[in-house]
Amino acid sequence: MDIFLQQLINGLVLGSVYALVALGYTMVYGILELINFAHGEITMMGAMVALAAIGALALAAPGLPGVLVLGAGLVVAIPVCVALGLLIERVAYRPLRHAPRLAPLITAIGVSIILQNVAMLIWGKQYIPFPAVLPQGRHALFGANITDVQIAILLLTMGIMLLLILMVQKTRLGRAMRATAQSRQVASLMGVDVNRVIAATFVIGSALAAVAGVMVSAYYGLAHYYMGFLLGLKAFSAAVLGGIGNLGGAMLGGLLLGLIESFGAGYIGDLTGGFLGSHYQDVFAFFVLIAVLVFRPCGLLGTRVVERA
Amino acid sequence: MSSVPKLNKTQPRWFVFGLLALGLALLPFLVDAGLGRSWVRLLDLALLYVILALGLNIVVGYAGLLDLGYVAFYALGAYVYAWLASPHFGLHLPFWAILPLGAALAALFGVLLGAPTLRLRGDYLAIVTLGFGEIIRIFMNNLNAPVNITNGPQGINLIDPVRLGGVSLSQPQTFFGYTFSGAHLTYYLFLLLVLAVIFISMRLENSRIGRAWVAIREDEIAAAATGINTRNLKLLAFAMGAVFGGLAGSLFASFQGFISPESFNLMESIMILCMIVLGGMGHIPGVIFGALLLTLLPEALRYTGDWQRSLFGQVVIDPADLRMLLFGVALVAVMLYRPAGLIPSARRRREFAEAKG
Repeated sequence: MDIFLQQLINGLVLGSVYALVALGYTMVYGILELINFAHGEITMMGAMVALAAIGALALAAPGLPGVLVLGAGLVVAIPVCVALGLLIERVAYRPLRHAPRLAPLITAIGVSIILQNVAMLIWGKQYIPFPAVLPQGRHALFGANITDVQIAILLLTMGIMLLLILMVQKTRLGRAMRATAQSRQVASLMGVDVNRVIAATFVIGSALAAVAGVMVSAYYGLAHYYMGFLLGLKAFSAAVLGGIGNLGGAMLGGLLLGLIESFGAGYIGDLTGGFLGSHYQDVFAFFVLIAVLVFRPCGLLGTRVVERA
Repeated sequence: MSSVPKLNKTQPRWFVFGLLALGLALLPFLVDAGLGRSWVRLLDLALLYVILALGLNIVVGYAGLLDLGYVAFYALGAYVYAWLASPHFGLHLPFWAILPLGAALAALFGVLLGAPTLRLRGDYLAIVTLGFGEIIRIFMNNLNAPVNITNGPQGINLIDPVRLGGVSLSQPQTFFGYTFSGAHLTYYLFLLLVLAVIFISMRLENSRIGRAWVAIREDEIAAAATGINTRNLKLLAFAMGAVFGGLAGSLFASFQGFISPESFNLMESIMILCMIVLGGMGHIPGVIFGALLLTLLPEALRYTGDWQRSLFGQVVIDPADLRMLLFGVALVAVMLYRPAGLIPSARRRREFAEAKG
């Protein structure tokens, strides 16, 4: 088996999930300059709700094809996550829009603790296995393996990203979002309903998080009430790596982080002569992140913010 | 004697201080009698968190550098103590010898972290410090092979308790006919160190250095333009914060007798940040209050089982599961009602009032 190609595939798949979550972070950050710490937990909620729905459906109608069941899971998870995102924005962030910068960060942490514990109360502390509805196909590709799930994740994320870029660049809402990101005040003077734009941002970000949550639980075959924390952390790192507030940056950062991690896990032992094993993959990822930020303090694609006079 | 009149400062009222001192001295006995011995230990832990929060307050509160990896310094201090005073390496150095070593190593790492991040701002700094904290934790978790340095996830056990002049703080000691438990003695030692840290923080706040930090926090470019050496001062802030973190870490190791990487995860850094923001950033009384509140609240919430029983006649939800949920709700609620913190400094309160109006 070709290890290089295999790590490349794994890294791209992992990276595209990170990218989806990172988009949610970066969109909110671009408009509100707020680290939406609860975003990882929304992803987790998406995974949990979808799992519950898929499990129920698989029990009620055992013969349905896997793709349909998975789609049904998404159909349930997306509205739940969107509602959660809107609720969080309304309750925990909007009242603090003029508060000191760190205040909404703390409410975000509070909300993510709440979501984790609510999930724990509903679904328990154990790992929840993904119901066996997925196609189990495996394809050989130049000596490496790629599964149906991986192909689906890659295609779906590419499609979603393309749609998102089109939406932001071509539609009225997209233009309003870009204007709000540049200056909330001026945008509102030009007749943009800033509150609606911010709500729309949370809707889109949460929907992406729901999709990503389903993907990541399908990929690893399980879900857990605590899964959102690390996933959110990595996605946020990816968003920063690419330049936070920048959509392309989040995509690039996500893919890069996935690749760094997967190659780090595969090669770090060889690189250090066996001194460091694959459990150092996160160290490797963070070192790369720090190195990039030292040389490009605003991320890979981020533009230098004009200093306040 | 300066001829400049002190603004907003009343003359120290000695009886108030005396009362406060008496209260602090008697507190462990009152707590012991009212709530039990385990709460005295919690009180010790709360004092540790006061040191940590005041340390982070220098970095975040004064200098405005958002540090999400502060727990790394705590970990370093703890591991230095564990290495030098446990059977792990067979070393048993005295407490007072290790404390400066732990603090110095933490300070060194503070500068090491600070140096490459000087150009970063706000959230970019946050993510780099977060990465730094995770790197330290992962190393602690994995450095048991090929050479066993940290004993990996199992952590280091049987760490020596504090011994002061032949008096061990792990066993009950009798002075003047009274028997003090280990937890009580630890309380007095920690209280002494907390008072020292508070004193240093207060002196720093009003010093040239402290004012320079605040200037950097408010506007780095303007600060640099007025001749403040922003590079050195930012490094100094990281180092000072790290010293307190390392100190607290060493105390923690001696207090618990056991440490493992588990104790130094990202959530811990976030909690310390919550303490200072919730209490009132950059304001010493607020930070102390925040640290005490956030250490004791989750423990107090363990008692929700009793409340449930009196409300519904039975325990509906396991209090252990419920307490963090309530804790999250409390975080959100406090920030919504007091966005500048529970006890904000006069400056922040004023700024907030201006921004609102």
